[in-house]
Amino acid sequence: MKAEFNEQALLKGLAENDSKAIETIYKDNFNMVQAFIINNNGSYDEARDIFQEAMIALYEKAQSESFVLTCKINTYVYSICRRLWLKRLQQLGRYTNQVDSLEETVQVEEDLEIHEKRNADFNMMETAMNSLGEPCRSLIEGFYIKKMDMQSLSKEFGYTNADNAKTQKYKCLMRLKKLFFAQYNIGE
Amino acid sequence: MDDILLLQTIERYLEGKMLPDEKAFFEQHRKNVPEVDQMVVEHTMFIHQMEDFAANHNLKHSLHLAHEKLLANGDINEGGELTTKAKVVRMWTKYRKVTAIAAVVGGVIAFAISGLVAYFAPATNQQYVAQLGAKIDAKIEQQDKKITDLINKSKLPVGVDIKGGGSAFLIDGNGYLVTNAHVLDGATFANVYNNQGKEFKAIIAYRDEKRDLAILKIDDEDFKTVKSLPYSIKKGSIDLGEEVYTLGYPNFPRNQVVNNIGYISAETGFEGDTLSYQIQMNANHGNSGGPILNKNGEVIGVLSTKQLKADGVTFAINSKNIFRIVDEMKRKDDKNDMVKVSSSSSLRGNDRVSQIKKVKEYVYMVKAYNK
Repeated sequence: MKAEFNEQALLKGLAENDSKAIETIYKDNFNMVQAFIINNNGSYDEARDIFQEAMIALYEKAQSESFVLTCKINTYVYSICRRLWLKRLQQLGRYTNQVDSLEETVQVEEDLEIHEKRNADFNMMETAMNSLGEPCRSLIEGFYIKKMDMQSLSKEFGYTNADNAKTQKYKCLMRLKKLFFAQYNIGE
Repeated sequence: MDDILLLQTIERYLEGKMLPDEKAFFEQHRKNVPEVDQMVVEHTMFIHQMEDFAANHNLKHSLHLAHEKLLANGDINEGGELTTKAKVVRMWTKYRKVTAIAAVVGGVIAFAISGLVAYFAPATNQQYVAQLGAKIDAKIEQQDKKITDLINKSKLPVGVDIKGGGSAFLIDGNGYLVTNAHVLDGATFANVYNNQGKEFKAIIAYRDEKRDLAILKIDDEDFKTVKSLPYSIKKGSIDLGEEVYTLGYPNFPRNQVVNNIGYISAETGFEGDTLSYQIQMNANHGNSGGPILNKNGEVIGVLSTKQLKADGVTFAINSKNIFRIVDEMKRKDDKNDMVKVSSSSSLRGNDRVSQIKKVKEYVYMVKAYNK
């Protein structure tokens, strides 16, 4: 019962981007995943990529309100990584015949589909941001990602007052929206 | 400007910063003007998307920090030996009983089998498999000795017998080479020659007859250490059908490096030997101990034997074993503690011809002697 409680607390911490919770989950699961990937024709860099991808998928799952933990965190993380890695191997045209199947796994196909859809959206946002140009990009990043307030933003960028910075931010936002939806509508 | 004002209004509306009167007015306006309504919906979605994007961004940053921190603390590691402790401990608690029973059964079976294995060990397969160490023709050797004597004074002490020879390649720029143990059969020391015929004294640092691998250490002041080798030694598994090539000195004792190409034709060696695998390639006496490289310039094996009654069936010892014997050597002898097996290849993406140009510098001919 206690272990289960701990796992719930960890997931809650992960959903809040709490560094302590992230480190704990990371420490408990990384070595297992790394060993699996290295033993199956992968490199250290690939192991890190796949593991972090799985952490993001877990984060997304932990954030949704309807989330229920039906298995242990390590089973879930391992299943995601296994699925992602087999897929990656297939894409790269590399094969392995000794995929380790001693670990318990759960069905994760649906979760991964949602995760991939989200990744596609993020990529569109990234592309839109990249084609925005400076200083628009930094302004938007400062406000929406780093969550800085208008006062310090105007100081950093050298605007004479916060109102001017705000107007500039709206102009940038409108351009970003245009860029984003242009891709979005093509993608749909 | 109007658009900006509208956007500002929408944001205030979404953040719930409007006064009740203003809010009611705005909602009425939304109902009346479909364009405004559409814009509110669009903006809600966009802001949501931005927030998710920001969260994703921040999480990636946190993950990166966590990785670096754990790496610095030594809780996880990259590059060194793998720690699979977490997995092993969990498996242990889970399968403790099964393991105990299996161990007992396994013990009995192993005991019975070990007798059979000893009987059928690769060493006894001479009839079907030829080791590719060079065979020494006394006459040629004599001629060769004269030639080398003419070119540069040999570093051999007087009164030594040549016992055999083959190829070897550097695994550490400080002068550690890998070759086959059978190349050094009956020898007490060896000299190695680079592709320009330059001779270096070497000592036999370690040999493992079971795996048929040996490590030579160049012990010669004329040897210049190599900062980084162009190829890496691969730890992972091999792929059936993968194209491979080797460099070696099959014209032994002539100092001419020769390239052969082939592909991996089976994942195990002679009669299912799991230490080695099978390659379709022509090889001759003297090729023994040469590196097997794949298209990325990674060393994936050490060429060792060929089947006698079949054409071009050659066997190579899996490169994983190089790591094992290096570890065993370190354990046995503190002197060699600093050996670091080359782990990054700069040849990826180069074609074979330009790869060979770089690799051949580090493939040596071995002559094994007995005093």
